[in-house]
Amino acid sequence: MGLLSKKDSKLIMDPLADNNPITIQVLGICSALAITAQLKPSIVMAISVMFVMGVGNVVISLMRNIIPSKIRIIVQLVVVATLVIIVDQVLKAFAYTLSKELSVFIGLIITNCIIMGRFEAFALGNGVWRSFLDGIGNALGYGVILIIVGFFRELLGSGTLFGFKVLGDPVEKTGLYAIGYENNGFMVLPPMALIVVGIIIWVQRSRNKDLIED
Amino acid sequence: MAIDTDKNSYTVIFSIVMVVVVGAILAGLASGLKPMVKANERFEKQQNILYALGVNNNEGANDVEFISTDNVEEEFKKYIKKQYVFQGGELKENDEAYLIDIKKEETKAKNDDYERRLPIFIGEKEGKEVYIVPVRGKGLWDAIWGFVALDKSMTIQGVYFDHKGETPGLGAEIKQRYFMDDFTGEKFLDGGVFKGISVAKGNNDPKNLIKDDQEVDALAGATITGDGLAVMLSKDIKMYMPYFKTLK
Repeated sequence: MGLLSKKDSKLIMDPLADNNPITIQVLGICSALAITAQLKPSIVMAISVMFVMGVGNVVISLMRNIIPSKIRIIVQLVVVATLVIIVDQVLKAFAYTLSKELSVFIGLIITNCIIMGRFEAFALGNGVWRSFLDGIGNALGYGVILIIVGFFRELLGSGTLFGFKVLGDPVEKTGLYAIGYENNGFMVLPPMALIVVGIIIWVQRSRNKDLIED
Repeated sequence: MAIDTDKNSYTVIFSIVMVVVVGAILAGLASGLKPMVKANERFEKQQNILYALGVNNNEGANDVEFISTDNVEEEFKKYIKKQYVFQGGELKENDEAYLIDIKKEETKAKNDDYERRLPIFIGEKEGKEVYIVPVRGKGLWDAIWGFVALDKSMTIQGVYFDHKGETPGLGAEIKQRYFMDDFTGEKFLDGGVFKGISVAKGNNDPKNLIKDDQEVDALAGATITGDGLAVMLSKDIKMYMPYFKTLK
């Protein structure tokens, strides 16, 4: 991180580990449960959130001195909603099949509490460049968890990664299935996402005792 | 000059400006991208119609792979010989019949004076004329629709189904290959009388080998979607009965 000063690089690195929005702040859990049954939607969701969060944080930071404090939450909501509609429209025009697959989830970005949380807690009180870094950092932290959860759920639940059969064919009994391996259908259901997130939280806290609250 | 952001008048002006700016951005974007979105929707319809006719890019046994959007328009012209609109017993040729919005027609048809426009697409498959008609109905949560390819005797040659919001893993499976393929060969007529096709549980024919029982094996856990689908087929295909009578 030669490009960034120490303080700035902290903005990117912190949310990736010790201040992760999902595992430490426990924000944005609902979308982490909904879309992580497969790896591909997890990655697309991570990228879309990164766009909305990076640009949104910049916009809010630019307006921070002129936003009337009485209606600041509504202003934040309008900014998120506008950005999400832009993402949705662009996907519809240029990646129609993908947008059909993701239709509901794109709309759900609006309800992602990490975005509103960062607008309120960071962008309203900090400069443009730092807000941008904070947005990207938090989106990365969110994305990393989505991708880890998506990886395990797709691998163990369907035996595939990005739709490729990496463990062999369950119908023709090749690869691992030849020796009696079975997919765990439970992994595809939302409760297992919560359990996978729980395991990540457990691993993270057992490695860094400072994170454990009394 | 410091602005007093707490003043009520400021708040009101700020919100008005914000709404106008955001509205202008979104309206501009939407109208700018509209031609592309429209084209995508048109391609999708063409792909779906061709899929019902059996023109697709399926490779594996479970694929539902459409003709690519790059050449769907040429393929559509090649396979769909004629498009008609059947309205009040009259048949009119219309090259854009496939763009008719079935949902709007359904709403308009509630008015007694209005004769519903029924689009029919005539395609050719292995030298035989195939008649493709659109259907639209209700699933469990939201709309379901599709295209059904029939031959002269109203025997199904292929189908395509889609849905807006059926339960993933249950009702949403209507657009899976194993379900759609079951319909091929089923007959709407029984001894010349319209009977429809039901989506039935426990019909002792899970592999769907019996093709003249007017039944297709249901999806487990998707009873209401399946029933809705059967109603959709019966109700919408029946409207085309007068047309199919003229073919004989």
